[in-house]
Amino acid sequence: MIENTPTTLDFSESKINQDLTPADKIQFFRDMARIRRFEQTALKFYNKGMMGGFLHLYIGQESIAAGTLGLCKENDHAITAYRCHGHALSMGMDMNSCMAELYGKATGAAKGKGGSMHLFDPSKNFWGGHGIVAGQTPLGLGLAYGVKYQELEGCCLCYLGDGAINQGAFHESLNIAALFELPVIYIIENNGYSMGTSQNRSSAYKNCLAQRAEAYDMDWDLVNGEDLYEVRAKTHIAMERARKESKPTVLEIATYRYYGHSVADANAKKYRTPEEIEEYKTYHDPIRLWRRRLIEEAVFTDAEADAIDKEAKAEADQSAVFAEQSPPPTVESIFEDVYWEVDNNTESGNTGRHFFND
Amino acid sequence: MRELLYRHAIREALDEELARDDKVVVMGEEVAQYNGAYKVTEGLWDKWGSKRIVDTPISEAGFIGMGIGASMLGVRPVMELMFWSFHSVAFDQLVNNAACVRYMSGGLCNVPIVMRGPANGGTAVGATHSHCPEGLFAAFPGLKVCAPATPADAKGLMKTAIRDNDPVYIMENTLLYGTKGPVPDPADGDHLVPLGKADIKREGTDVSLIAHGRSVIRSLEAAETLQAEHGINCEVLDLRSIRPLDQQAILDTVMKTNRVVLVDESKPFSGVSATIATLIQEHAFDYLDAPVKRVCALDAPAIYSPYVEDEQLPNPRRIIEQVLTLA
Repeated sequence: MIENTPTTLDFSESKINQDLTPADKIQFFRDMARIRRFEQTALKFYNKGMMGGFLHLYIGQESIAAGTLGLCKENDHAITAYRCHGHALSMGMDMNSCMAELYGKATGAAKGKGGSMHLFDPSKNFWGGHGIVAGQTPLGLGLAYGVKYQELEGCCLCYLGDGAINQGAFHESLNIAALFELPVIYIIENNGYSMGTSQNRSSAYKNCLAQRAEAYDMDWDLVNGEDLYEVRAKTHIAMERARKESKPTVLEIATYRYYGHSVADANAKKYRTPEEIEEYKTYHDPIRLWRRRLIEEAVFTDAEADAIDKEAKAEADQSAVFAEQSPPPTVESIFEDVYWEVDNNTESGNTGRHFFND
Repeated sequence: MRELLYRHAIREALDEELARDDKVVVMGEEVAQYNGAYKVTEGLWDKWGSKRIVDTPISEAGFIGMGIGASMLGVRPVMELMFWSFHSVAFDQLVNNAACVRYMSGGLCNVPIVMRGPANGGTAVGATHSHCPEGLFAAFPGLKVCAPATPADAKGLMKTAIRDNDPVYIMENTLLYGTKGPVPDPADGDHLVPLGKADIKREGTDVSLIAHGRSVIRSLEAAETLQAEHGINCEVLDLRSIRPLDQQAILDTVMKTNRVVLVDESKPFSGVSATIATLIQEHAFDYLDAPVKRVCALDAPAIYSPYVEDEQLPNPRRIIEQVLTLA
């Protein structure tokens, strides 16, 4: 969330957006609708007690995952924190494996070993899904290091929340990113609250959070997250800087979450006024704004948009059925995926004792 | 057989693995242009250049996390902690990201890193520089931990660790870096020491001394004195690897001598020796003729004073004292 959001420019004119076909634009709508419907379904069954642990909803922030990750090419990678469903779906993970993971089923993306905060699919260049605030920021640095080491033209998009920017690991990452000239883009998804503590009560800053990049002689920018065109235009510049010049960037994207920090956030309605939440939903909702924009552009009709949304809802409903009907992991599987050498039955994996249960 | 210093044996291992696999990268504080704080990496930067030998800032959480992330993409970083004592500022990376990412991803991510550096007391640098965290890290499933005592084992374990596809944490010792020992010639083939394989450093019949790291050397000293002055013939078993652990070798020596003294430079509470003692009572209780005894670091933060520091550590005098209670 950024106070006094500065939006007077029309980013639909940016080259990266001019190149979009109507089908591309509709795909972004579909991507965002799928994230929202997936999470609404997850919420429904979480509240019915069908899954354990936490559920950090992304609802309200969909334009960031859909807009930024839609720019990824073959050698671009993504890693994020625990509010990861939107990124997972945007990177091409399917709803079934994601929902089954939330349910803790053996058919889940991580076989029920990670849960909601830990969705992964390296085959799609998606590296999680990490539960410790800012713990993923050095890993993002490493993915960028790996891209550069292999002399590939690519980058890493590393997401974090506004509450993560005060962790030491993030500052260490910024220093090394600039020092080693690594192709990483740190994307601060600023929803205004680090759990229940507002930005003003948690961070010391001059004008905005991304400005801290200046101390590391790093490029930075502010982005209005409600406008998918702007998200794409500004992120594209940062990605090109990374890919072509191997230079890092910090982007701060203003956004808002409608639900609490997690569904278990008992104070979700206490640290924000109902009016504040309502105003965002009414005037700043990224899906609603994109839909209106595409109708104005005559890309699709209201009825077509409804049909896409309905399809997304049906897919989400079906994923819950899939998850529910899937088998749980076995107790034996607790010892799988701990050591590569053990799982692969190598000589190393068969030498010495690896587990100490009796 | 030719003899090498412990530090040079490690350097030779790094050099050979750098040559074997172009994904291997050595990184850490002062490892390149400075030639290594303890000169383990001396000359490697001159030979391999800045892409393969990388100086990092003093920023352990940053560069270790970076190495873990790079390893998920196939790079094989060998990272130096100038002291293992500095693990605490990178703990989240070492135990959450390195140890758990494979598991939490259902086996989709791999972290083939090596973390290495000295972990020992005895150099009068005070408590915060004298930690021995091998037991601590061995307590995290997903990690592998070893602590070589000799130049040959230091080289062989290092090479194996670099080729291993799981995170391996190697605990070296500043007091061993300058010690010399036989190391097989590379011309005679790759010298690899497997993880999870203990080694009998001295055959004996009366009492088993089970140790790792420098405590092996001190146990060997004690064993010679016990033989010469008391006629007690000690067997010295060098664990080499803490996790995976060669449990069979432990049980074999216990069943042979029926008396055990565990020698462990880490602290007695929840240290490596505590786990070994548990395993012995679980699996070889009937073979014991006496209680399992331990010689650990005395249970307080490491004292600075060089006058008493050695008495806080397992030393031959303390080992002999414990052995004599069993004889």
